[in-house]
Amino acid sequence: MKYLCLIYEAETLYATMSREEGQTMMAEYGAFTEEIKKSGQYIAGEALKPVQTATTIRIRNGQLSVTDGPFAETKEQLGGFYLIEAPDLTDALRIAGRIPSAKTGSIEVRPIQVFN
Amino acid sequence: MPDPTQEVGGNGVHAFADSLYRAESRRVLSTLIRLLGDMDLAEEALQDAFAAALERWPREGIPANPRAWLVSAGRFRAIDKIRRRARFDAVSAELADRIETEATVEPDAPPHGLEDDRLRLVFTCCHPALQADAQVALTLREVCGLATEEIAAAFLVSPTTVAQRIVRAKAKIRQARIPYRVPSLSELADRLDNVLHVVYLVFNEGYLSARGDALARSDLSSEAIRLGRLLADLLPEPEVFGLLALMLFHESRRHARATPEGDLILLDEQDRSLWDGAQIRQGRELVERAFASGRIGSYTLQAAIAALHAQAPTLQATNWAEIAGIYEILRRADPSPVVELNRAVAVAMRDGPAAGLELVDALLGEGKLTDYHLAHSARADFCRKLARWEEARISYLRALELVRSLPQRRFLEKRLRELAEIGTGGVPT
Repeated sequence: MKYLCLIYEAETLYATMSREEGQTMMAEYGAFTEEIKKSGQYIAGEALKPVQTATTIRIRNGQLSVTDGPFAETKEQLGGFYLIEAPDLTDALRIAGRIPSAKTGSIEVRPIQVFN
Repeated sequence: MPDPTQEVGGNGVHAFADSLYRAESRRVLSTLIRLLGDMDLAEEALQDAFAAALERWPREGIPANPRAWLVSAGRFRAIDKIRRRARFDAVSAELADRIETEATVEPDAPPHGLEDDRLRLVFTCCHPALQADAQVALTLREVCGLATEEIAAAFLVSPTTVAQRIVRAKAKIRQARIPYRVPSLSELADRLDNVLHVVYLVFNEGYLSARGDALARSDLSSEAIRLGRLLADLLPEPEVFGLLALMLFHESRRHARATPEGDLILLDEQDRSLWDGAQIRQGRELVERAFASGRIGSYTLQAAIAALHAQAPTLQATNWAEIAGIYEILRRADPSPVVELNRAVAVAMRDGPAAGLELVDALLGEGKLTDYHLAHSARADFCRKLARWEEARISYLRALELVRSLPQRRFLEKRLRELAEIGTGGVPT
Protein backbone atom coordinates (compact mmCIF):
# COMPACT_ATOMS: atom_id res chain seq x y z
CA MET A 1 0.00 0.00 0.00
CA LYS A 2 1.20 3.50 -0.76
CA TYR A 3 0.29 6.46 1.38
CA LEU A 4 0.41 10.17 0.70
CA CYS A 5 1.36 12.28 3.72
CA LEU A 6 0.12 15.85 3.31
CA ILE A 7 1.80 18.58 5.30
CA TYR A 8 -0.32 21.46 6.62
CA GLU A 9 1.00 24.31 8.68
CA ALA A 10 0.68 28.05 9.11
CA GLU A 11 2.99 29.69 6.59
CA THR A 12 3.48 32.59 8.98
CA LEU A 13 5.31 30.15 11.23
CA TYR A 14 8.44 30.37 9.08
CA ALA A 15 8.39 34.15 8.95
CA THR A 16 8.42 34.32 12.76
CA MET A 17 11.08 31.62 13.26
CA SER A 18 14.58 32.62 14.21
CA ARG A 19 17.43 31.61 11.92
CA GLU A 20 18.46 28.87 14.36
CA GLU A 21 14.93 27.50 14.66
CA GLY A 22 14.70 27.45 10.87
CA GLN A 23 17.95 25.56 10.57
CA THR A 24 16.89 23.06 13.21
CA MET A 25 13.65 22.43 11.35
CA MET A 26 15.50 21.93 8.04
CA ALA A 27 17.93 19.55 9.74
CA GLU A 28 15.03 17.54 11.15
CA TYR A 29 13.51 17.30 7.70
CA GLY A 30 16.88 16.19 6.28
CA ALA A 31 17.25 13.50 8.94
CA PHE A 32 13.69 12.25 8.51
CA THR A 33 14.06 12.01 4.71
CA GLU A 34 17.35 10.12 5.10
CA GLU A 35 15.74 7.68 7.53
CA ILE A 36 12.81 6.74 5.31
CA LYS A 37 15.11 6.55 2.30
CA LYS A 38 17.24 4.05 4.22
CA SER A 39 14.23 2.01 5.26
CA GLY A 40 13.14 1.93 1.61
CA GLN A 41 9.87 3.66 2.31
CA TYR A 42 10.55 6.97 0.55
CA ILE A 43 8.99 7.42 -2.90
CA ALA A 44 8.83 11.18 -3.39
CA GLY A 45 8.59 14.37 -1.39
CA GLU A 46 8.66 18.05 -2.22
CA ALA A 47 8.11 21.37 -0.50
CA LEU A 48 5.66 23.79 -2.10
CA LYS A 49 6.21 27.48 -2.65
CA PRO A 50 3.96 29.73 -0.52
CA VAL A 51 0.23 29.82 -1.14
CA GLN A 52 0.51 33.24 -2.84
CA THR A 53 2.01 31.43 -5.82
CA ALA A 54 -1.06 29.24 -6.23
CA THR A 55 -3.36 29.32 -9.25
CA THR A 56 -6.63 27.43 -9.46
CA ILE A 57 -8.27 26.34 -12.66
CA ARG A 58 -11.70 24.98 -13.47
CA ILE A 59 -13.48 24.09 -16.66
CA ARG A 60 -17.20 24.68 -16.72
CA ASN A 61 -19.36 24.46 -19.84
CA GLY A 62 -16.18 24.06 -21.84
CA GLN A 63 -14.85 27.39 -20.58
CA LEU A 64 -11.52 27.43 -18.77
CA SER A 65 -11.37 29.75 -15.78
CA VAL A 66 -8.06 30.68 -14.22
CA THR A 67 -7.98 32.36 -10.83
CA ASP A 68 -5.19 33.67 -8.67
CA GLY A 69 -5.10 31.90 -5.33
CA PRO A 70 -5.48 28.46 -3.75
CA PHE A 71 -8.36 26.03 -4.01
CA ALA A 72 -11.12 27.32 -1.75
CA GLU A 73 -14.21 25.22 -2.37
CA THR A 74 -15.11 23.54 0.93
CA LYS A 75 -17.47 21.11 -0.81
CA GLU A 76 -14.55 19.52 -2.66
CA GLN A 77 -11.97 17.23 -1.12
CA LEU A 78 -8.42 16.43 -2.15
CA GLY A 79 -8.67 13.48 -4.50
CA GLY A 80 -5.27 13.03 -6.09
CA PHE A 81 -2.23 14.73 -7.51
CA TYR A 82 0.12 14.90 -10.49
CA LEU A 83 3.70 16.09 -10.26
CA ILE A 84 4.57 17.51 -13.66
CA GLU A 85 7.51 19.17 -15.39
CA ALA A 86 6.76 22.35 -17.36
CA PRO A 87 8.88 25.27 -18.58
CA ASP A 88 6.56 27.88 -17.07
CA LEU A 89 3.20 28.46 -15.39
CA THR A 90 1.30 28.95 -18.65
CA ASP A 91 2.37 25.51 -19.80
CA ALA A 92 1.68 23.96 -16.40
CA LEU A 93 -1.84 25.40 -16.45
CA ARG A 94 -2.39 24.08 -19.96
CA ILE A 95 -1.51 20.58 -18.80
CA ALA A 96 -3.54 20.91 -15.60
CA GLY A 97 -6.54 21.91 -17.70
CA ARG A 98 -6.41 18.49 -19.35
CA ILE A 99 -6.84 16.65 -16.04
CA PRO A 100 -10.38 15.23 -16.34
CA SER A 101 -11.44 16.49 -12.92
CA ALA A 102 -10.87 20.08 -14.07
CA LYS A 103 -14.33 19.72 -15.59
CA THR A 104 -15.96 18.63 -12.35
CA GLY A 105 -13.70 19.93 -9.59
CA SER A 106 -10.77 22.29 -9.19
CA ILE A 107 -7.08 21.88 -9.90
CA GLU A 108 -4.70 23.94 -7.79
CA VAL A 109 -1.32 24.44 -9.40
CA ARG A 110 1.57 25.22 -7.06
CA PRO A 111 5.24 25.51 -7.98
CA ILE A 112 7.69 23.23 -6.18
CA GLN A 113 10.21 24.88 -3.89
CA VAL A 114 13.77 23.99 -4.84
CA PHE A 115 16.31 24.28 -2.05
CA ASN A 116 19.89 25.10 -2.89
CA MET B 1 11.89 58.52 -30.98
CA PRO B 2 12.82 62.17 -30.38
CA ASP B 3 15.25 63.73 -32.77
CA PRO B 4 18.79 63.37 -31.45
CA THR B 5 20.18 65.91 -33.91
CA GLN B 6 19.75 68.81 -31.58
CA GLU B 7 22.07 70.94 -29.56
CA VAL B 8 24.43 68.83 -27.50
CA GLY B 9 25.23 70.49 -24.23
CA GLY B 10 24.02 70.33 -20.64
CA ASN B 11 20.46 71.59 -21.09
CA GLY B 12 19.96 70.17 -24.55
CA VAL B 13 20.93 66.71 -23.39
CA HIS B 14 18.69 66.96 -20.33
CA ALA B 15 15.70 68.03 -22.40
CA PHE B 16 16.47 65.29 -24.89
CA ALA B 17 16.79 62.67 -22.15
CA ASP B 18 13.47 63.83 -20.68
CA SER B 19 11.58 63.44 -23.91
CA LEU B 20 13.44 60.21 -24.61
CA TYR B 21 12.34 58.91 -21.22
CA ARG B 22 8.72 59.68 -21.98
CA ALA B 23 8.88 58.20 -25.45
CA GLU B 24 11.17 55.23 -24.96
CA SER B 25 11.43 54.21 -21.32
CA ARG B 26 8.70 51.53 -21.64
CA ARG B 27 10.34 50.03 -24.72
CA VAL B 28 13.73 49.97 -23.04
CA LEU B 29 12.18 48.51 -19.89
CA SER B 30 10.41 45.69 -21.71
CA THR B 31 13.61 44.67 -23.49
CA LEU B 32 15.53 44.81 -20.21
CA ILE B 33 12.92 42.58 -18.58
CA ARG B 34 13.47 40.01 -21.32
CA LEU B 35 17.26 40.23 -21.04
CA LEU B 36 17.40 40.22 -17.25
CA GLY B 37 14.41 38.00 -16.55
CA ASP B 38 13.24 40.09 -13.61
CA MET B 39 10.99 43.15 -13.47
CA ASP B 40 12.52 44.79 -10.42
CA LEU B 41 16.03 44.29 -11.67
CA ALA B 42 15.00 45.73 -15.05
CA GLU B 43 13.44 48.80 -13.45
CA GLU B 44 16.60 49.51 -11.49
CA ALA B 45 18.61 48.97 -14.66
CA LEU B 46 16.38 51.40 -16.55
CA GLN B 47 16.95 54.14 -13.96
CA ASP B 48 20.69 53.39 -13.96
CA ALA B 49 20.81 53.57 -17.74
CA PHE B 50 19.19 57.01 -17.84
CA ALA B 51 21.46 58.22 -15.03
CA ALA B 52 24.46 57.02 -17.05
CA ALA B 53 23.14 58.77 -20.15
CA LEU B 54 22.81 62.07 -18.30
CA GLU B 55 26.35 61.70 -17.06
CA ARG B 56 28.01 60.65 -20.31
CA TRP B 57 26.02 62.15 -23.17
CA PRO B 58 26.91 65.78 -22.39
CA ARG B 59 30.62 64.80 -22.68
CA GLU B 60 30.51 62.13 -25.37
CA GLY B 61 27.54 63.23 -27.42
CA ILE B 62 24.23 61.51 -27.99
CA PRO B 63 24.73 58.04 -29.50
CA ALA B 64 23.35 57.22 -32.93
CA ASN B 65 20.87 54.73 -31.52
CA PRO B 66 19.97 56.01 -28.04
CA ARG B 67 17.51 53.21 -27.35
CA ALA B 68 20.07 50.46 -28.02
CA TRP B 69 22.63 52.41 -25.98
CA LEU B 70 20.21 52.56 -23.02
CA VAL B 71 19.39 48.86 -23.25
CA SER B 72 23.05 48.01 -23.36
CA ALA B 73 23.97 50.35 -20.48
CA GLY B 74 21.09 49.05 -18.36
CA ARG B 75 22.07 45.45 -18.96
CA PHE B 76 25.71 46.16 -18.22
CA ARG B 77 24.88 47.85 -14.94
CA ALA B 78 22.51 45.07 -13.91
CA ILE B 79 25.20 42.43 -14.51
CA ASP B 80 27.60 44.56 -12.52
CA LYS B 81 25.13 44.77 -9.63
CA ILE B 82 24.46 41.05 -9.64
CA ARG B 83 28.22 40.40 -9.66
CA ARG B 84 28.72 42.54 -6.59
CA ARG B 85 25.87 40.67 -4.88
CA ALA B 86 27.47 37.42 -6.09
CA ARG B 87 30.34 37.78 -3.68
CA PHE B 88 27.88 36.57 -1.06
CA ASP B 89 25.72 34.32 -3.13
CA ALA B 90 26.45 31.52 -5.62
CA VAL B 91 23.05 31.77 -7.31
CA SER B 92 23.67 35.39 -8.27
CA ALA B 93 27.04 34.50 -9.77
CA GLU B 94 25.39 31.88 -11.91
CA LEU B 95 22.66 34.34 -12.89
CA ALA B 96 25.15 36.98 -13.95
CA ASP B 97 27.00 34.45 -16.08
CA ARG B 98 23.81 33.33 -17.72
CA ILE B 99 22.65 36.86 -18.54
CA GLU B 100 26.04 37.76 -19.88
CA THR B 101 26.35 34.79 -22.20
CA GLU B 102 22.71 34.38 -23.24
CA ALA B 103 21.79 37.90 -23.92
CA THR B 104 23.79 39.86 -26.37
CA VAL B 105 22.20 43.07 -27.53
CA GLU B 106 22.58 43.74 -31.19
CA PRO B 107 22.45 47.51 -31.57
CA ASP B 108 20.98 47.08 -35.03
CA ALA B 109 18.31 44.65 -33.89
CA PRO B 110 15.22 45.03 -36.06
CA PRO B 111 12.74 47.36 -34.38
CA HIS B 112 9.99 44.72 -34.46
CA GLY B 113 12.16 42.55 -32.20
CA LEU B 114 12.00 45.27 -29.58
CA GLU B 115 8.31 45.84 -30.20
CA ASP B 116 7.73 42.15 -29.45
CA ASP B 117 9.15 42.83 -26.02
CA ARG B 118 6.40 45.31 -25.32
CA LEU B 119 3.83 42.77 -26.39
CA ARG B 120 5.47 40.18 -24.12
CA LEU B 121 5.19 42.65 -21.28
CA VAL B 122 1.48 43.22 -21.94
CA PHE B 123 0.80 39.48 -21.89
CA THR B 124 2.79 38.98 -18.71
CA CYS B 125 1.04 41.83 -16.90
CA CYS B 126 -2.36 40.53 -18.05
CA HIS B 127 -1.68 36.89 -17.20
CA PRO B 128 -4.91 35.32 -15.90
CA ALA B 129 -3.05 33.71 -12.98
CA LEU B 130 -2.70 37.21 -11.51
CA GLN B 131 -5.55 38.81 -9.61
CA ALA B 132 -7.72 41.02 -11.84
CA ASP B 133 -6.93 44.21 -9.87
CA ALA B 134 -3.26 43.37 -10.03
CA GLN B 135 -3.37 42.88 -13.80
CA VAL B 136 -4.77 46.37 -14.20
CA ALA B 137 -2.30 47.97 -11.77
CA LEU B 138 0.67 46.14 -13.23
CA THR B 139 -0.26 47.03 -16.82
CA LEU B 140 -0.63 50.70 -15.95
CA ARG B 141 2.62 50.66 -13.99
CA GLU B 142 4.86 48.65 -16.32
CA VAL B 143 3.37 49.12 -19.79
CA CYS B 144 2.06 52.68 -19.45
CA GLY B 145 4.65 53.89 -16.96
CA LEU B 146 2.15 55.44 -14.54
CA ALA B 147 3.40 56.07 -11.02
CA THR B 148 1.85 54.07 -8.19
CA GLU B 149 0.32 57.29 -6.82
CA GLU B 150 -1.30 58.07 -10.18
CA ILE B 151 -2.85 54.61 -10.37
CA ALA B 152 -4.06 54.92 -6.77
CA ALA B 153 -5.65 58.31 -7.46
CA ALA B 154 -7.34 57.04 -10.61
CA PHE B 155 -8.89 54.07 -8.84
CA LEU B 156 -9.58 55.91 -5.59
CA VAL B 157 -7.58 53.46 -3.49
CA SER B 158 -4.57 54.12 -1.32
CA PRO B 159 -1.08 54.09 -2.86
CA THR B 160 -0.17 51.39 -0.34
CA THR B 161 -2.90 49.14 -1.71
CA VAL B 162 -1.68 49.61 -5.28
CA ALA B 163 1.94 49.09 -4.23
CA GLN B 164 1.01 45.86 -2.42
CA ARG B 165 -0.90 44.57 -5.44
CA ILE B 166 2.10 45.24 -7.66
CA VAL B 167 4.64 43.72 -5.28
CA ARG B 168 2.51 40.64 -4.83
CA ALA B 169 1.96 40.23 -8.58
CA LYS B 170 5.68 40.57 -9.28
CA ALA B 171 6.45 37.99 -6.62
CA LYS B 172 4.02 35.57 -8.21
CA ILE B 173 5.47 36.20 -11.68
CA ARG B 174 8.92 35.40 -10.31
CA GLN B 175 8.09 32.50 -8.00
CA ALA B 176 5.48 30.69 -10.07
CA ARG B 177 7.44 31.49 -13.25
CA ILE B 178 4.80 33.31 -15.24
CA PRO B 179 6.48 33.50 -18.64
CA TYR B 180 7.56 36.59 -20.52
CA ARG B 181 6.35 35.64 -23.94
CA VAL B 182 3.61 36.15 -26.46
CA PRO B 183 1.23 33.18 -26.22
CA SER B 184 1.33 30.52 -28.91
CA LEU B 185 -1.29 30.66 -31.62
CA SER B 186 -3.45 28.01 -29.94
CA GLU B 187 -3.84 30.03 -26.76
CA LEU B 188 -3.65 33.50 -28.28
CA ALA B 189 -7.40 34.02 -28.62
CA ASP B 190 -8.11 33.33 -24.93
CA ARG B 191 -5.15 35.30 -23.69
CA LEU B 192 -5.90 38.23 -25.97
CA ASP B 193 -9.47 38.27 -24.62
CA ASN B 194 -8.03 38.78 -21.19
CA VAL B 195 -5.70 41.58 -22.34
CA LEU B 196 -8.56 43.36 -24.11
CA HIS B 197 -10.68 42.95 -20.99
CA VAL B 198 -8.01 44.69 -18.90
CA VAL B 199 -7.71 47.51 -21.44
CA TYR B 200 -11.48 48.00 -21.53
CA LEU B 201 -11.62 47.97 -17.73
CA VAL B 202 -9.07 50.77 -17.63
CA PHE B 203 -11.05 52.68 -20.25
CA ASN B 204 -14.36 52.28 -18.45
CA GLU B 205 -12.86 53.27 -15.13
CA GLY B 206 -11.85 56.50 -16.80
CA TYR B 207 -14.98 56.92 -18.84
CA LEU B 208 -17.79 55.84 -16.59
CA SER B 209 -16.14 56.77 -13.34
CA ALA B 210 -18.29 54.42 -11.35
CA ARG B 211 -17.25 56.14 -8.14
CA GLY B 212 -16.51 59.68 -7.20
CA ASP B 213 -17.80 62.91 -8.65
CA ALA B 214 -15.73 63.30 -11.79
CA LEU B 215 -17.80 62.27 -14.78
CA ALA B 216 -14.76 61.04 -16.64
CA ARG B 217 -11.24 60.57 -15.45
CA SER B 218 -9.90 61.25 -18.87
CA ASP B 219 -6.33 60.21 -18.09
CA LEU B 220 -7.32 56.58 -17.75
CA SER B 221 -9.41 56.67 -20.91
CA SER B 222 -6.61 58.13 -22.98
CA GLU B 223 -4.18 55.64 -21.43
CA ALA B 224 -6.50 52.81 -22.48
CA ILE B 225 -6.77 54.21 -26.01
CA ARG B 226 -3.00 54.50 -26.18
CA LEU B 227 -2.76 50.85 -25.11
CA GLY B 228 -5.33 49.95 -27.73
CA ARG B 229 -3.30 51.70 -30.44
CA LEU B 230 -0.14 49.95 -29.28
CA LEU B 231 -1.89 46.58 -29.46
CA ALA B 232 -3.37 47.36 -32.87
CA ASP B 233 0.16 48.09 -34.10
CA LEU B 234 1.75 45.04 -32.53
CA LEU B 235 -1.03 42.50 -32.89
CA PRO B 236 -3.40 43.40 -35.73
CA GLU B 237 -6.21 41.06 -34.69
CA PRO B 238 -9.82 41.97 -35.58
CA GLU B 239 -10.97 42.18 -31.95
CA VAL B 240 -8.11 44.58 -31.16
CA PHE B 241 -9.48 46.85 -33.90
CA GLY B 242 -12.97 46.30 -32.56
CA LEU B 243 -12.07 47.36 -29.02
CA LEU B 244 -10.03 50.34 -30.17
CA ALA B 245 -12.94 51.46 -32.38
CA LEU B 246 -15.38 51.03 -29.50
CA MET B 247 -13.23 53.15 -27.20
CA LEU B 248 -12.81 55.83 -29.87
CA PHE B 249 -16.58 56.04 -30.43
CA HIS B 250 -17.19 56.44 -26.69
CA GLU B 251 -14.39 58.95 -26.42
CA SER B 252 -15.70 60.96 -29.38
CA ARG B 253 -18.71 61.93 -27.25
CA ARG B 254 -16.69 63.05 -24.26
CA HIS B 255 -17.40 66.75 -24.68
CA ALA B 256 -21.07 66.20 -25.42
CA ARG B 257 -21.92 63.92 -22.54
CA ALA B 258 -21.54 66.30 -19.64
CA THR B 259 -22.53 69.86 -18.81
CA PRO B 260 -19.76 72.24 -17.71
CA GLU B 261 -20.94 71.53 -14.15
CA GLY B 262 -20.27 67.83 -14.68
CA ASP B 263 -23.89 66.75 -15.07
CA LEU B 264 -24.56 63.76 -17.26
CA ILE B 265 -26.24 64.37 -20.64
CA LEU B 266 -27.93 61.32 -22.14
CA LEU B 267 -27.57 60.40 -25.78
CA ASP B 268 -30.91 61.96 -26.83
CA GLU B 269 -30.03 65.33 -25.34
CA GLN B 270 -26.42 65.52 -26.54
CA ASP B 271 -25.31 68.21 -28.97
CA ARG B 272 -24.06 65.93 -31.72
CA SER B 273 -22.00 68.68 -33.31
CA LEU B 274 -19.68 68.33 -30.31
CA TRP B 275 -18.82 64.75 -31.23
CA ASP B 276 -15.24 64.35 -32.38
CA GLY B 277 -15.37 63.66 -36.11
CA ALA B 278 -11.77 62.50 -36.41
CA GLN B 279 -12.22 59.85 -33.71
CA ILE B 280 -15.46 58.69 -35.31
CA ARG B 281 -13.75 58.37 -38.71
CA GLN B 282 -10.92 56.34 -37.19
CA GLY B 283 -13.44 54.18 -35.37
CA ARG B 284 -15.35 53.45 -38.57
CA GLU B 285 -12.18 52.53 -40.46
CA LEU B 286 -11.25 50.13 -37.69
CA VAL B 287 -14.71 48.52 -37.66
CA GLU B 288 -14.47 48.04 -41.43
CA ARG B 289 -11.07 46.40 -41.09
CA ALA B 290 -12.39 44.11 -38.35
CA PHE B 291 -15.43 43.14 -40.43
CA ALA B 292 -13.26 42.55 -43.50
CA SER B 293 -11.40 39.83 -41.57
CA GLY B 294 -14.57 37.76 -41.39
CA ARG B 295 -13.81 36.94 -37.75
CA ILE B 296 -16.22 39.13 -35.87
CA GLY B 297 -16.13 39.17 -32.09
CA SER B 298 -18.11 40.94 -29.41
CA TYR B 299 -16.01 44.14 -29.27
CA THR B 300 -16.43 44.54 -33.02
CA LEU B 301 -20.19 44.05 -32.70
CA GLN B 302 -20.37 46.63 -29.93
CA ALA B 303 -18.27 48.99 -32.04
CA ALA B 304 -20.63 48.44 -35.00
CA ILE B 305 -23.52 49.52 -32.77
CA ALA B 306 -21.56 52.57 -31.63
CA ALA B 307 -20.81 53.36 -35.29
CA LEU B 308 -24.53 53.42 -36.09
CA HIS B 309 -25.07 55.86 -33.23
CA ALA B 310 -22.16 57.97 -34.41
CA GLN B 311 -23.54 58.38 -37.91
CA ALA B 312 -27.12 59.17 -36.88
CA PRO B 313 -28.14 62.84 -37.04
CA THR B 314 -30.60 62.47 -34.13
CA LEU B 315 -31.68 59.83 -31.66
CA GLN B 316 -34.97 59.33 -33.52
CA ALA B 317 -33.25 59.07 -36.90
CA THR B 318 -30.93 56.34 -35.59
CA ASN B 319 -31.14 52.98 -37.33
CA TRP B 320 -32.67 51.25 -34.31
CA ALA B 321 -33.77 48.22 -36.31
CA GLU B 322 -30.19 47.46 -37.27
CA ILE B 323 -28.94 48.18 -33.73
CA ALA B 324 -31.54 45.82 -32.25
CA GLY B 325 -30.46 43.25 -34.84
CA ILE B 326 -26.79 43.50 -33.88
CA TYR B 327 -27.72 43.18 -30.20
CA GLU B 328 -29.55 39.99 -31.15
CA ILE B 329 -26.30 38.62 -32.68
CA LEU B 330 -24.28 39.88 -29.72
CA ARG B 331 -26.70 38.21 -27.33
CA ARG B 332 -26.01 34.88 -29.00
CA ALA B 333 -22.25 35.40 -29.40
CA ASP B 334 -21.59 36.72 -25.91
CA PRO B 335 -24.66 36.38 -23.71
CA SER B 336 -24.89 38.66 -20.70
CA PRO B 337 -27.69 40.42 -18.83
CA VAL B 338 -26.19 43.83 -19.70
CA VAL B 339 -26.42 43.00 -23.41
CA GLU B 340 -30.05 41.97 -22.83
CA LEU B 341 -30.69 45.31 -21.16
CA ASN B 342 -29.16 47.25 -24.04
CA ARG B 343 -31.14 45.19 -26.48
CA ALA B 344 -34.29 46.10 -24.54
CA VAL B 345 -33.47 49.80 -24.96
CA ALA B 346 -32.91 49.36 -28.71
CA VAL B 347 -36.12 47.35 -29.06
CA ALA B 348 -37.99 50.08 -27.20
CA MET B 349 -36.71 52.63 -29.69
CA ARG B 350 -37.76 50.41 -32.58
CA ASP B 351 -41.10 49.08 -31.31
CA GLY B 352 -42.05 51.49 -28.53
CA PRO B 353 -41.51 51.68 -24.74
CA ALA B 354 -44.03 48.91 -23.97
CA ALA B 355 -41.86 46.37 -25.84
CA GLY B 356 -38.76 47.53 -23.92
CA LEU B 357 -40.58 47.38 -20.60
CA GLU B 358 -41.63 43.81 -21.26
CA LEU B 359 -38.01 42.76 -21.87
CA VAL B 360 -36.62 44.59 -18.82
CA ASP B 361 -39.36 43.18 -16.59
CA ALA B 362 -38.54 39.70 -17.86
CA LEU B 363 -34.86 40.26 -16.98
CA LEU B 364 -35.63 41.61 -13.50
CA GLY B 365 -38.18 38.83 -13.04
CA GLU B 366 -35.41 36.28 -13.55
CA GLY B 367 -33.49 38.00 -10.76
CA LYS B 368 -30.94 39.43 -13.20
CA LEU B 369 -29.52 42.96 -12.83
CA THR B 370 -31.73 43.61 -9.81
CA ASP B 371 -28.81 45.48 -8.21
CA TYR B 372 -27.81 47.33 -11.39
CA HIS B 373 -28.97 50.95 -11.35
CA LEU B 374 -29.18 51.22 -15.14
CA ALA B 375 -31.74 48.40 -15.30
CA HIS B 376 -34.01 50.32 -12.93
CA SER B 377 -33.46 53.67 -14.60
CA ALA B 378 -34.20 52.11 -18.02
CA ARG B 379 -37.39 50.64 -16.57
CA ALA B 380 -38.26 54.02 -15.05
CA ASP B 381 -37.72 55.69 -18.41
CA PHE B 382 -40.03 53.27 -20.22
CA CYS B 383 -42.72 53.79 -17.56
CA ARG B 384 -42.32 57.55 -17.83
CA LYS B 385 -42.85 57.41 -21.58
CA LEU B 386 -45.93 55.26 -21.00
CA ALA B 387 -47.21 57.84 -18.47
CA ARG B 388 -47.08 55.24 -15.70
CA TRP B 389 -45.81 57.90 -13.29
CA GLU B 390 -45.96 56.03 -10.00
CA GLU B 391 -44.07 53.01 -11.38
CA ALA B 392 -41.53 55.37 -12.95
CA ARG B 393 -41.02 57.10 -9.61
CA ILE B 394 -40.47 53.82 -7.75
CA SER B 395 -37.94 52.62 -10.32
CA TYR B 396 -36.02 55.93 -10.31
CA LEU B 397 -35.88 55.72 -6.52
CA ARG B 398 -34.54 52.17 -6.72
CA ALA B 399 -31.90 53.28 -9.24
CA LEU B 400 -30.96 56.14 -6.93
CA GLU B 401 -30.37 53.71 -4.07
CA LEU B 402 -27.93 51.74 -6.23
CA VAL B 403 -26.07 54.43 -8.17
CA ARG B 404 -22.53 55.35 -7.09
CA SER B 405 -21.46 58.06 -9.52
CA LEU B 406 -22.45 61.59 -8.50
CA PRO B 407 -23.34 62.88 -11.98
CA GLN B 408 -25.61 59.91 -12.52
CA ARG B 409 -27.16 60.50 -9.11
CA ARG B 410 -27.89 64.12 -10.01
CA PHE B 411 -29.47 62.97 -13.26
CA LEU B 412 -31.83 60.61 -11.44
CA GLU B 413 -32.73 63.31 -8.92
CA LYS B 414 -33.60 65.65 -11.78
CA ARG B 415 -35.92 63.05 -13.29
CA LEU B 416 -37.59 62.55 -9.91
CA ARG B 417 -38.14 66.30 -9.56
CA GLU B 418 -39.74 66.35 -13.01
CA LEU B 419 -42.05 63.54 -11.97
CA ALA B 420 -43.00 65.42 -8.80
CA GLU B 421 -43.96 68.43 -10.96
CA ILE B 422 -46.23 66.21 -13.03
CA GLY B 423 -47.86 65.16 -9.78
CA THR B 424 -48.60 68.83 -9.02
CA GLY B 425 -50.03 69.51 -12.45
CA GLY B 426 -46.85 70.24 -14.42
CA VAL B 427 -46.37 69.22 -18.01
CA PRO B 428 -44.49 65.98 -18.74
CA THR B 429 -41.40 66.33 -20.86
